[in-house]
Amino acid sequence: MTTTQLALRDRTQSLIGGEPSDANLNRYLHGIPGVDAVGLEQRAAGLGSRSIKTTSKAWALDRIISLIDLTTLEGADTPGKVRSLVAKAMTPDAADMSTPRVAAVCVYGDMVPYAVEALGSAHSAGRDDGINVAAVATAFPSGRASLAVKLSDTSDAVAAGADEIDMVIDRGAFLSGRYGQVFDEIVAVKEACRRADGSFAHLKVILETGELNTYDNIRRASWLAILAGGDFIKTSTGKVAPAATLPVTLSMLEVVRDWHRLTGVKIGVKPAGGIRASKDAIKYLVTVAETVGEEWLTPHLFRFGASSLLNDVLLQRQKMTSGHYSGPDYVTID
Amino acid sequence: MSRLAIPKTYKLYIGGKFPRSESGRVYEVTSADGTFLANAAKASRKDARDAVVAARSAFSGWSGATAYNRGQVLYRIAELLEGRRAQFIAEIIESEGASPADAMAQVDDAIDSWVWYAGWADKYVQATGGANPVSGPYFNISVPEPTGVVAIVAPQGTGQGTGQQAAGSLLGLVNVVAPALVSGNTVVVIANEAAPLAAISLSEVLATSDVPGGVINILTGSPAEMAPWLASHADVNAIDLAGAGALDWVDLQIAAAETLMRVLPPEPGVPAASLDRISFFTETKTVWHTKGLI
Repeated sequence: MTTTQLALRDRTQSLIGGEPSDANLNRYLHGIPGVDAVGLEQRAAGLGSRSIKTTSKAWALDRIISLIDLTTLEGADTPGKVRSLVAKAMTPDAADMSTPRVAAVCVYGDMVPYAVEALGSAHSAGRDDGINVAAVATAFPSGRASLAVKLSDTSDAVAAGADEIDMVIDRGAFLSGRYGQVFDEIVAVKEACRRADGSFAHLKVILETGELNTYDNIRRASWLAILAGGDFIKTSTGKVAPAATLPVTLSMLEVVRDWHRLTGVKIGVKPAGGIRASKDAIKYLVTVAETVGEEWLTPHLFRFGASSLLNDVLLQRQKMTSGHYSGPDYVTID
Repeated sequence: MSRLAIPKTYKLYIGGKFPRSESGRVYEVTSADGTFLANAAKASRKDARDAVVAARSAFSGWSGATAYNRGQVLYRIAELLEGRRAQFIAEIIESEGASPADAMAQVDDAIDSWVWYAGWADKYVQATGGANPVSGPYFNISVPEPTGVVAIVAPQGTGQGTGQQAAGSLLGLVNVVAPALVSGNTVVVIANEAAPLAAISLSEVLATSDVPGGVINILTGSPAEMAPWLASHADVNAIDLAGAGALDWVDLQIAAAETLMRVLPPEPGVPAASLDRISFFTETKTVWHTKGLI
């Protein structure tokens, strides 16, 4: 067991008061106060009703672009599709070079080499500027594979140059109360994110909130993922409906806020799936700023997992610069 | 016992639904002599934008329908209109101050106009396209295709008789909307501002007919406010300024030129039914084809 794993284990032990076994985690997670579902939805609806106009809107649109994980996760993905995705990530709007670049491109593990190659010098590869390559791993999207397969899936992607790993939790184990198993898997995947030089690829833990059924479960899964060492908690794979919703993201942000108060550590949040309109994305920005604070509105701490959102933001951006409504003929088809 | 009348609030027709204006505004519609008739939604530029989105998403379905089917759908509108003649006649008498005979004639003309244009749906291609003579071993064929989303300013005003803008509130609308639909375009139309009731009642007919949602979108409110946004909209392919004579329509043309939009200039009164109005909103595709391997 490595030192980081030991440190993580110590931290978890002192928080939950024992080994991260099913029984201890169950006692801890079920001791967390429940979610007031009506209050949560009302709060989210209230945050979604803010009017963001003119210069604030211009700021928000640029910020949204720089927070996007531009995603293609189709069975029909090809190296060519990944290259065109990367081209779009580097130059979202060829007619306006002041458009910021997106935070990352998100692809399946076997597409990572093509994404890295296409990014070239624009690939962040550990630097602060540049575009990250995120890979989904651990038998995405179902997560139904043995641990060995999940780990080699992860280490393959990291070895190929992925800066971020999006893993899925075992929802079956979580829903049947085998929290220890979920915990151990996240810890093991985190370890598989280690690069040859000892640094780690960022680990995003996908909770797949659409399959967790209740806000209480979502809150528990968020705590579990953070306890186990996830750097980001992510709502959904995008393959299950409902995907990201504002109340779900709000409740996850509340966990992140509480964790920051408790430990001083900042965890990221990534809503993914179903966010297609800039208007919706702006609601998320407001929610983040009001729940955890504006300092979370950086690519290190907040991301949108989206593919069609970018085009809508670009249309809005073109409307703001040109003064007239733009149309889909003026953005790339993807 | 006296009964309290229930005045109707007329709403917009966008994407097959009847939303209120996004802006929440309404305006009073009065009869020719100034008595209150109803409240109508006063659409904003954002309603116009939503209407363009609805029209764009309906375009592939409507233009992809067979010409024969489009003809049937347009004919069906005439059938339904026939059944509601009384309502339209009453609305035209009220809002335009027309005589019962004139109102009846206008509704009859509007119904006949739908039928006339419905008939063109599977015939205009033969009339405006065709095989071109070439001196080579191949065919060369020109085919008109719908241009896309057409924005229309319907004839305005309530004046009867011969004035510059003497416009039938129903016939004027039908005679600008129907020709754009024939070839498979989808339409965003700003109705007669002063007399919008017939337009909204027509949308209630459309909603229960076979016209897919989004193919016809009807906005009520100020053309002066909305037309500039439609003329400059990059996702509108053509604009019919039939009723924009009272606006600064040269500026609208200039704005439209920025995105290479087709512009049909204003026309006084109610435009006559014509094949030209159909073919104006088409683009001709010319292709060559080998004569075959002999």
